[in-house]
Amino acid sequence: MKIVNVRRISQVFFLFWFLWFCISMNLGDEWGQLRGWPVGWFLELDPLTGLGTLLTTRTLYKGLLWGVMTVVGTLFLGRFFCGWVCPFGTLHQVLGYLGHRKKSVPERARLNRYRKGQTVKYGILIVLLSAAAVDLARSVLVLPRTLPPIILIILLSGLFAIIWLAGKQITRGRKGSMALFTALATLWLAAGWILQPGAATSASLQIGLLDPIALLYRSVNLVIVPLMDNSIGILSPNPRYYTESGLIGVIFFSAILLNLVIPRFYCRFICPLGALFGVLSRYSLWRIGKKAADCTDCHLCETHCEGGCDPSRKIKTAECTLCMNCLTECHHDLVRYQTEPSATGEIPFPDVSRRVFFLALASGMMTIPTLRLGGNLGRAWHPGLIRPPGALGESDFLHRCIKCGQCMRICPTNVIQPAGMDFGFEGLWTPVLNFRIGSSGCQLNCIACGHVCPTSAIRAIPLSEKLGSGEFSRKGPVRIGTAFVDRGRCLPFAMNTPCIVCQENCPVSPKAITTREVLSRVDIPVLQVAAAGAFTIGFNGKPLIPGRYETGDYYIRINGGSDKMVRPVLTNTRQSITIPDSQPMDPPPGPGNVAELIIRLQRPHVDPSKCIGCGICEHECPVRGRRAIRVTADNESRDRDHGIIISA
Amino acid sequence: MASNEKIEILSRRRFLVRSAKAGVCAGFTCAAGLFFHTDTATPFRSTPQKVRLLPDFSLTERSPRMAVARGPNRGRTFRKAIGAMGGMSTIIEKGDRVLLKVNAAFASPPLLSATTHPDLLESVIHLCLEAGASSVTITDNPINDPAACFALTGIGKIARQAGARVMAPREHWFKKVSVKDGRLIRAWPVLYEPLRDIDKLIGIAPVKDHHRSGASMTMKNWYGLLGGRRNVFHQDIHNIIKELAVMVRPSLVILDGTVTMMRNGPTGGSLSDLRQTDTLIVSTDQVAADAFGATLLEKSVDSLAFIKKAERAGAGTAAWRSLNPVFV
Repeated sequence: MKIVNVRRISQVFFLFWFLWFCISMNLGDEWGQLRGWPVGWFLELDPLTGLGTLLTTRTLYKGLLWGVMTVVGTLFLGRFFCGWVCPFGTLHQVLGYLGHRKKSVPERARLNRYRKGQTVKYGILIVLLSAAAVDLARSVLVLPRTLPPIILIILLSGLFAIIWLAGKQITRGRKGSMALFTALATLWLAAGWILQPGAATSASLQIGLLDPIALLYRSVNLVIVPLMDNSIGILSPNPRYYTESGLIGVIFFSAILLNLVIPRFYCRFICPLGALFGVLSRYSLWRIGKKAADCTDCHLCETHCEGGCDPSRKIKTAECTLCMNCLTECHHDLVRYQTEPSATGEIPFPDVSRRVFFLALASGMMTIPTLRLGGNLGRAWHPGLIRPPGALGESDFLHRCIKCGQCMRICPTNVIQPAGMDFGFEGLWTPVLNFRIGSSGCQLNCIACGHVCPTSAIRAIPLSEKLGSGEFSRKGPVRIGTAFVDRGRCLPFAMNTPCIVCQENCPVSPKAITTREVLSRVDIPVLQVAAAGAFTIGFNGKPLIPGRYETGDYYIRINGGSDKMVRPVLTNTRQSITIPDSQPMDPPPGPGNVAELIIRLQRPHVDPSKCIGCGICEHECPVRGRRAIRVTADNESRDRDHGIIISA
Repeated sequence: MASNEKIEILSRRRFLVRSAKAGVCAGFTCAAGLFFHTDTATPFRSTPQKVRLLPDFSLTERSPRMAVARGPNRGRTFRKAIGAMGGMSTIIEKGDRVLLKVNAAFASPPLLSATTHPDLLESVIHLCLEAGASSVTITDNPINDPAACFALTGIGKIARQAGARVMAPREHWFKKVSVKDGRLIRAWPVLYEPLRDIDKLIGIAPVKDHHRSGASMTMKNWYGLLGGRRNVFHQDIHNIIKELAVMVRPSLVILDGTVTMMRNGPTGGSLSDLRQTDTLIVSTDQVAADAFGATLLEKSVDSLAFIKKAERAGAGTAAWRSLNPVFV
C-alpha cells in the first residue's frame, strides 16, 4: 500500500473518532451518549493544552499526560500529528484539495512554496506561551530570596554558566554584546529581589484562542452542532443557543475558507500547535529529504505539499507536516523519509530572528499584566461573571481554561455560555452562566460540566460536594452566586400582584426563598355600603368589574376595622361582594359604612445563607425582560472575597 | 495577448434585440413592483381567531366513581383501589391508546416525593396493558430540564421498561389552545402532540403542599401541559387551576397520598418535608379526588379556593362523599 493511503486512512480514522466524540457528547447512558467515551481525548492529546497548563499551574492534570506521547512521537518522527492525526488539519487538507484540484502543476507548486509569513505562527506560539509563563518566571526569579545560601550559590553559578554559554551562542562571541548581555542577565536576576507577586506578574492561559484542537471543539460544540441539530433535534430535543456563536463561527469558517486562497492556510501561518511541533521536530530521527542532489527541478514534489516546506530545494523541516505526498509524486524516487539530511540541504529550525523572538516574548509577558490593569480580578470583579459549579477561583480558573466549550456543550440546560468581552479579554469564550438563555437554571443534582473539563478549570466535584451533604456537610453546598429580588420590578412588591413563582421553584431544602405575607390595600375608590346581609354586601358608587376580585387573593375590610371585620371575597358583581358561607358578617355592616378591598400578597425574600445561586428562580421569573429576581456572583464559594455574609 | 480591440459595431438589429431584452427586464421589474406594492403598514399580529379545544376524555356513560386504598405499597394499593372501582376494564377498552400525564416537574429522586412515583407508574402501565390498551404514552412539560427530570425521577426508565413510550416535550409540539369561556387560557400554547390521537387520558399526581395555591394535586397537575410563559398565571393561581380542570376532562385521576409533602412545596427536597400517609385515591372526578386529598394535607376545602371554583365551573364535585367512595 502506498504510504499516502496509509496516511489517509489514519486521517479518516482520527476524524471519525473526533466526530463521534462530538456526537456522543450528550448526557445519558445510551451507547451513543456520554457513557465513558473519551470525548475530550483530542484536547488531551494536544500537548499545547498540557504545556500551557504546565506553565501556569506547574502540574499536568490527569489525561493531559497523553500530550507527552504526542511530544515523544514528534521528537522522533517529526510533525506526524499535523499530517496524520489532527482533525482540523484533515478538514483543511480536504478543503485545500477541493479548492485547487483543477489547477496546473506549476500553479499548485507555486501555491505550495514556502512563504516568509509562515514564521508568524512561531510568534503566535511565543506570545501565547510567554503570557502563560509570567507567573512561573517570577517564581524562578524570586528563588534567590527563598533558597538556602549553599543551594543558591550552586544554582546561581549554574545559571550564570548557562547564561554565559547561551549568551556566547546568541551574541556569537562579540565582546561588547557579550558584556551587555551579561549585564542584562545580572539585572534580570537582581530583579528577583524586588519582584512582588501580584497583578503585574500574573499569567493566564490564552492558548485556547488559537490552539487548533480547542478551536475546533469550540466551533463544533457552539456552532456546527447547533446549526445542524437545531432543525432536526436528534442530539438535543430542543434548540440550543450560544451567545458568542456569531464570532466563533466567523473565525471557524474563515479558517476553513482560507484554504481556497492558500491550502492549509491556518496550519502554515497561524497554528501555534504546528509551531510547537515545528520546534520539537528539530532533532527528529527521520525526516523528509532527497537521497541525491541530481534533481531535475520539476517541482512535482511540491504539487501537493501540505506543509509548504520546499522539498525540492533546501527543505524547511520545521514546516513539514509529513503528508508524504512528495514521496509518491517524485518520478525519480529521489524523495525519501530517511535518517540522513536531504542531499540538497535542509533548514532544520524555524526561521525566526532573534529580534522577533524577543519581541514576541516581551509582548506575551506584558499582555496579561496590561490586561489586569483593568482590575477585573481585583476590586472591579464583574458580578455577572457566574462560573459553573466547581469552577476554581478566578485567577486559578484563568490559569486553566482553554475555552474549548466542552462544559457548554454538555450542560443539559444550556445555561453555560461562552463569555463575551464584557468580562475582559482574558475571559473571552470562557464559561459563564446566563439564566435567560437556557431551559432552566443550574440543575441541583447535575455535576456534568466539571467531569468533561479537560484541564480542571471546573473541578470534577462529586455530587455530595455540590450539595454539601455527607462528608461535605460542614462545608455546605457549592454556591455559584446569590439571588437578589429587584423590588422595583417584583410583582408583589411593585405591582400589588401575587406571584412567588421564584419561591415555588427554589430547589433548595429548606427553601432559600421564603415569603412574608402582607395585606395591601387595593387602589380603588372607597366603597360605600348600601345594603348588607350576612353573606352579601351591596355598594353605591363606581361599579366594580364583575368577577375581578374572585381570585381567592382578595379580602374585604369594613370601616378600616380590626381583623374581625376582614373576610375573603368569594364572588363579586358590579355592585356587590359575596363572602363564604363559613364566615358570615355578624353583625352585617350598616348602610353608610365604608369598605375597602385588600389583597393578600406573599413577598419573596432571599436567605443568602441558603441560596446557592442556581438561577432557577431567575429563569422562571414571569417578568421576562429584565428579571425581577436575578443572580449575581456575590457570595460564590470559589472566592472568599466575594462573600456577603459571615457564615457560621 | 489576444486582441481585445474589436470595435463593436452597433447594427440596427443588435440595437433592437438589446432594447427588447432591456424592455422585458424593465417590464418585469415594474410588474413585480406593482404586484408586491401595498399601502397598508404591517399590522401587529393578533392572536389567532381559530379556537382549538382539547377533546373530552371523560367516561360519560357512567356516573363518577371514587375509591380509596390504604397501605404503603403503591403497586398493591393501586390494584386494590382500581379493583374496588370495578377494575381497569371499566376505564380502558381493548385497543385504547392511553396517555398518562405524570408529574415530572422537578429533577429530583422518587424518595423526595416531588414527582409521580415510578412504582405507581409501573403498576398503572401494567394494568392499562392488561386491560388491552394498544399503546401507553407518558408525558409532561417539566419545570427543570426535561431530560434530567425524566431520568432522575425514575419515570423515564420505568416507563420504557414497562412498555410505555415517553414523550419529553419538543418546541413544535405545542399548539395554541383555548378553554371554553376561559379568561386565562386563550390561544395559549399547550403540549398538544401527545394528546393527539389518544382515546383515554389518566392523570397521576402526588399530594403536595403548594405555597401559592395551598395544594398541588390532580387538577394542578395539568399545569404541566401548559407551555409558553405559563408562570404569569401564578398571579391568579386559583382561577388558572379552575380553567385547567375545565380544559382537561380526564378518563381517570390517580392521587398518590402514600407520602404527602406537608411543607416546602411543591419542590420539597428534604425527607423532613414528608409524612407517610399511606393513602391512594382513584377517581373519575378530579375535583372530588382533590377535595379528599386536602384532608391529607390537613387543609379544609374552603381554604383551597380552586376546589370550589372548579366545582362551580362544572368540573366535578367537592363533596366527595356523594360519590360513595369505596375504602379498601
